[in-house]
Parts: sequence; C-alpha cells; structure tokens
Amino acid sequence: MTYIPISPKERDVMLQTIGVKSLDDLFDAIPVKHRFPKLDLPPALTEMEAMDELSGLAQTNENVRSDLISFLGAGMYNHYIPSVVDHMLRRGEFYTAYTPYQPEISQGTLQGIFEYQSLMCALTGMDVSNASHYDGATATAEAVSLAYAQFRGKRKKVVISPTVHPQYRAVIRTYVQGMELELAGDNANADLDSQPDELTSLIDDNTSLVIVQYPDFFGRVYDYTKLIEAAHAKGALVCVVANPTALAMFKTPGSMGADIVVGDGQPLGIPMWYGGPSVGFFTTRKNFVHKMAGRLVGETVDNRGQRAYVLTLTAREQHIKRERATSNICTNQGLIALGTAVYLSLLGKRGLRQVAELCYQKAHYAAAQLSKIDGMGLCFTEPFFHEFALCVNRPVEEVNAHLLEHGIIGGYDLGQDYPALKDHMLVAVTEMNSKEDIDTLVEVLSEVSHD
Amino acid sequence: MNTPANLKYTKSDEWFDPASGAMGLSDYAQSQLSDIVFVEILVDEGDTVEAGKAIASVESVKASAEIYASAGGKISAVNKGLSDKPETLNSDPYGEGWMVKVEGGSTGDVMDSAAYEKYCEERAH
Repeated sequence: MTYIPISPKERDVMLQTIGVKSLDDLFDAIPVKHRFPKLDLPPALTEMEAMDELSGLAQTNENVRSDLISFLGAGMYNHYIPSVVDHMLRRGEFYTAYTPYQPEISQGTLQGIFEYQSLMCALTGMDVSNASHYDGATATAEAVSLAYAQFRGKRKKVVISPTVHPQYRAVIRTYVQGMELELAGDNANADLDSQPDELTSLIDDNTSLVIVQYPDFFGRVYDYTKLIEAAHAKGALVCVVANPTALAMFKTPGSMGADIVVGDGQPLGIPMWYGGPSVGFFTTRKNFVHKMAGRLVGETVDNRGQRAYVLTLTAREQHIKRERATSNICTNQGLIALGTAVYLSLLGKRGLRQVAELCYQKAHYAAAQLSKIDGMGLCFTEPFFHEFALCVNRPVEEVNAHLLEHGIIGGYDLGQDYPALKDHMLVAVTEMNSKEDIDTLVEVLSEVSHD
Repeated sequence: MNTPANLKYTKSDEWFDPASGAMGLSDYAQSQLSDIVFVEILVDEGDTVEAGKAIASVESVKASAEIYASAGGKISAVNKGLSDKPETLNSDPYGEGWMVKVEGGSTGDVMDSAAYEKYCEERAH
C-alpha cells in the first residue's frame, strides 16, 4: 500500500477549516516551558559506535539455541523451528502487524488465515476456528464470553479446574470483572490429586461453562469424556484448553465432546522470545459460531467463478453489533497464526506426531532417571505428556540457581502458584533436549541432593 | 411490499396480531435486511415483556438488528424452530416467521397497515 503524506496546501486548508493559524496553535494547552524539556542524554553516537554498543548488549543475552539447556515449559515450549517458517513470515507480502482483510487486495492473507483455521479444526477435532486471538490465556477467557452470551447472561457460574494454567485463570478473573460471574473450582489450595470427574459436583443448572486443561498444567493426560457428558446433562458447555503438540498423539477434545477447544499456538513453530507475542487458537462447534468472537475467513467463489476468500458472518462482530456482540476483541495474530500454519503444513500429520512422540519418550526417560535420585520423586502417578511435577525437597529457586551455574534452565517453581507444591518444579522436556542434556540434568540434580 | 390489514405495526418494523398475540418482523424489514442467516429469540416462555423491549436478535449477510416487542404481556409461546431456519423470516415473515406469542398483549405505539405502508414509503425516499 502507498503512503501519501499531505501537501502543505492541504495542511493549510485543514488548519483553516478547524480555525487555527498554525500547527503550533494546536499545542497551546501545553505550557511553553513543558513543550521541549531538556533531556539529559549522552552525546549522539555514530552508526558504527551504536552498532558496537548494541551488539555488546545483545551478547550478554543467553539463549536456548546456543548457550543454555532448557527444561522450562509451563505454557511456552522450546521446539525446533524449521527455517522455512521465518523465511515465509519475513516475506514483504505478509510481514505486517496489521492484517489487511479487504478481499480485493488480500487474497493471500485471507487464504493463509483460512488454511490456519482448517488446520486448527483438524488438530482439535472441531467444526470451526476463528482467525485467532492474542494467546492461549485470552482465547480461554473468550470461551467464558461465548458461554455467557450463549445463555444470554442467565447462567452465572463458570467451573474452572484448579489445574488450568494459573496465569490463564488470572486472565479469566480479569476479563470477567463486572460480569457478576461466580468462578467455582478456581482454587490454588484444591486437592490436586482429585480426578477431573470430581468437578462434576460443582456443575449445576446455573453453570454456563466448565474449563479443563489437556494435558493439565502438571502435564497429566485425562480423558474428559465423562466430565463433558456430566456437564452436558446440566446444560453447561465445556471448554478444553489444549496443548496443540499433544493433540498429534492423543484423542482430540472434539472426539470427547468438547464444545470449545482453545490453546496457545506457540509450540507450533513460534519462538519463545521473551514470553510473547504468541497466538491463541479458538475452535468450536458450528452451532456456536454466531457467538464466537474474532474474525472468521470463509471460502467462496468470486464473480468470475474463481475460488476466493472473504471474511464471513461479520454481522456478529463488534463493529456491527456494538455492545450486543459477544466480545470487544476482533484482533487476530495474523502473522503468528500464519507461522503456525506454515509449521503445520511443513511437518504434516506424521511430522507433528513424530515431534509429539519424541517429547513424550524423552520426558518419560527424564522422569524415570530423575525419580531415582535420593530425596526426589514424581509428584503424580497419572499418565503424562512432556511435562511432570518433580519434588526436589528444597527451595526450587535455590536448585535453579545451581542448575544455571551449569548452563541449565530448571523447571517452573510450582510453589509460587500452589502452596502445597512448595519445593516442586514442573519439568518440561521436548525434542530439543538430547539424552546427554537429560543425563546432565540428572547428574547436576544428584549433586544438589547430596549437598 | 406485503402489509396484511389484520395486523398492527411498529415504527421499528415489527408486526403484532391482536387475534393470536403473535409478533414478528415485517416484510419491509426482511427485504431491507436481505438474506437472514441467524436469529436468536432472547426471551423464554413464561417471561413477561414490555412493548419496545428486545425479544430477538437477527443477523443478515450485511447487518444485525434487534427485534422489539410490538406488544407487552406474558410470553405464551416461542417459535423454537426458527433458529434452525432463519431464512423463514425472508420467505414467510407473517406466517412461519412468527417469533413469539403473548397473552393479554397490550400494544405500545402501533399503526394500522395503511399508516405503516405510508410510513415505509416515506422512508424509501
């Protein structure tokens, strides 16, 4: 798109129209002495000097590609990213933070989103996907809005498993402020050994939505079919927060009967960066599509009979429905969603399954080795995917400081969210961790246990 | 434009049948909205509504609209099949396209068919 600045003549006409003489008159409200405060800045650097200084700063960073081995997950995972992903994202046609939706000029972008949506539906086993949300946490919160709208605000209760990511639960609490909703089950002191079916006792005729995570925050894999049936018997909807990599090897939430499946797309070819930006996927059943927030791209034919892509069912969106819309958020993560679509297309069904199996096998090797260390042990006995809670019997902060000295980023400190899991860390293992990496972790942790 | 003489009409393009207590969207309104793809009835049987309060939400391929009660009263029936066949609102707005029925319906500010036809014509210019 061409950027056309205004001409001095046009500017004068605009100034005249609003009745001021010059641009400076527009700043009259700001006292003169505050307009250009003296900034205490060092002298300007040449480009060469600036580059030198910035590279120096950059070199003090340590990263998981070359410097450190990471066993940290808890929602963001270190996976291999094929170079094609970045290559595609940096193409000028796509490389913009703003998603252009006009079908006349944006067929490529719209096709990319359509393919992303199709891939997400295949992965989750659902009918329809929107064009994405900011991240997994916001996508989960949007599920609450969908359920709220579906029951027209009449069902005031949302049941949240305590094993949904603590930060996702915090985002939900922020989103529902002022909605007078009751959040049941959202309790850090809950019995974490209890089975998901036990949530059933919290579900009643006033419940709009039940939220569970798959695998749960501690990596455990449960079949939620029975819980979903129980929720449906009370007329409530069920949202499953899923790890997309895990979906390549486990039963889909769609086949368990879930009404909404959301999650964070970061594991699908998106770097961890400094914790974002990411992309949240949101999929649901066809009968809830009118209550779904966000953009939706559909395939159609143009006036020449050619295949074409266009925003679909837009009358449900907030720029038309205003305060009656399900959500005020229509922003999608176009570029990052495209990255996940490229990643998935490249790996294919078998490739993604291979990644999932590598994660699974390596995590189980790590868990078996780590639980042999004196004074350490696995916290739970349920089947798990690529993450598990490990009791380290001393402050995790201390253990992680020691690991970092050996070039290892340790697991997530579970005590910060769950008081009962003080001295427990959540260890994540992916295809990026070699057997040597895992053996090193075991070795260094054995030293810790003998200190 | 079809405006049956036995019905009453509102300025926001709903109709009311004093004989049966049924209400819905006028033929003029459905033609303005064009293809209706979604309808959601916002009230349940047994609810009490006031004239002018929203009873349904409609989306067409190009717009979204609230449908307001053309008469107040207790909801005695809701056309539950409508949400599966929203196109009925286009094809048969005064018949199969009825939305809800009220008991003891008291109308608000309504017009007869002649006045409504004139009102629609005025807006067309």
